[in-house]
Formats: sequence, structure tokens, C-alpha cells
Amino acid sequence: MRASKDAQAAYRRLVQRHAPRVPLLRNTVLAFVVGGSLCAVGQIFMNVFERHGLSPERAGAMTAVVIVLLGALLTGLGVYDEIVRLGGMGGSLPISGFANAMVAPAMEYRREGWILGVGARIFSIAGPVITYGLLAAMVIGAVYVALGLPPPR
Amino acid sequence: MIFLWAFLVGGAMCAAAQLVVDLTALTPAHALVLFVVLGAVAAGFGWYQPLVRLAGAGASVPLPGFGNVLVRGIFKEVGRHGAQGLMTGGLTASAAGITMAMVFATIAALAFRPKG
Repeated sequence: MRASKDAQAAYRRLVQRHAPRVPLLRNTVLAFVVGGSLCAVGQIFMNVFERHGLSPERAGAMTAVVIVLLGALLTGLGVYDEIVRLGGMGGSLPISGFANAMVAPAMEYRREGWILGVGARIFSIAGPVITYGLLAAMVIGAVYVALGLPPPR
Repeated sequence: MIFLWAFLVGGAMCAAAQLVVDLTALTPAHALVLFVVLGAVAAGFGWYQPLVRLAGAGASVPLPGFGNVLVRGIFKEVGRHGAQGLMTGGLTASAAGITMAMVFATIAALAFRPKG
């Protein structure tokens, strides 16, 4: 039994009219400010690491570790969930949000045990990110190898 | 000056990701995967590293910076070891962040109780 095309379209319009309107401008501005601020905090550590003689690459890696630590700590204290509620992707896109996506389920699913709870759930979001990131990077690298191109500087 | 660029570039990427989530059917998790892949592709064209030089943490802290690290790690290892580097370069370059995220997540599961 299928509703007619007209009935489907009418229903879709009805759903749309009653769905909560997304405050687009507000969300975008908040994401910008929250995400930009997290990056500016990261820049403080980046400057400190570079001043202590780390190469830009090493300084970047160590900055990532510090921001991951901050994200994990704030998640543990229940603060990072508020940052994500406020900033949306501004809280989730920085690497502290990546940490949040690992730490929150680790805490949440501890009651399901250390193996299938904590160990497995840590990767419910981080897993796809790492998997498809690596896959994309490998394909790109393979194209350069296959064509014998020099890597971009 | 670097702080302003970090704020602007990092903020712009987060705003773009927010628009993707609000205007499409993609969930935040989908958007994270999309932006890592976009970062990797941009790195492949050699576009991402100039952004890192301009904006520092503004380009390296958001997840597209993770994609950039994966690609640059692969280029580096391929330069040293040839095609083997395709298999080792990505995780080698990103090891510190991934390892410590796993360590901190496990510690947090021990130390903190979820709210509510």
C-alpha cells in the first residue's frame, strides 16, 4: 500500500512546516567563534613549542597532543559537552572534539566492560575518521607513486 | 598576527562544517569524516601546507589538519622507503595524537563518572 505522490508531497510539506527551524546564522557564528577560539588557544602552545626549538611539524604534533589532553580533561569534567552544545561543529571539528568523541563514550560505556565497552566504543566516531582519512591519504599517495610525481612542498 | 589568522581560518572551517550539518542530511560524524578527507585531498594538491604556514594552529588543530598530516606523512615515508611508505607514513605521522587520545580516553573512563 503506497500513498499517492500528491499525498507524499503534502505530507512532506506538513513535516517541514512543523520541524524546528534551524537558527542558521546563530549556529554559524557560534561555530566560528568557538572553533576559532580553540585554534587560538592551540596557537599559544604552538608558539611555546616552537620557541623551545621544536620543528614546525613536531610543534604541530605536540600541540595536537595538548589540545587532545585539554579536550579529554574538559570532557571528563562535563564541560566539553557544553562547548559542543554552544558551538556545534566549532566544538567538534577541532582535535579537542575528536578527543571528546573518544572520551565521552569511554566514560559512558564503562558499565559494558573494559573490552566491548570502553575499548570498542572509543572508536565509534574516531574509527571512521581514521579509517577514511588513511584510505584517502593512501590513495593520494598511490597516485603520486604511480605517476612518479614529486610530492608538493 | 598569527593568532588572528589562527582564529579566522580555524573559525571559518568550523563555520563551514556547521553549515554542512545544518543544510544537508549529514550528521556531525559524517561531517568529521568529510572534512578529514577534504583536508587530505587539499594536501594532495599541495594547498593545505600554505594554509598551515599562514594560520598555524588555525589550520592544524581542526580535523582537516589531521588529513593533511596523514598525506604529508605518507609523502615523507614514500620519499624514504618507496611504496612501503604508503602503508606506514600515515599512522607514523599521526601516532602521537591518536595514541594519546586512546590513553587519555582510558584514563578518563577510570577517573570520571558521566554526568546525569
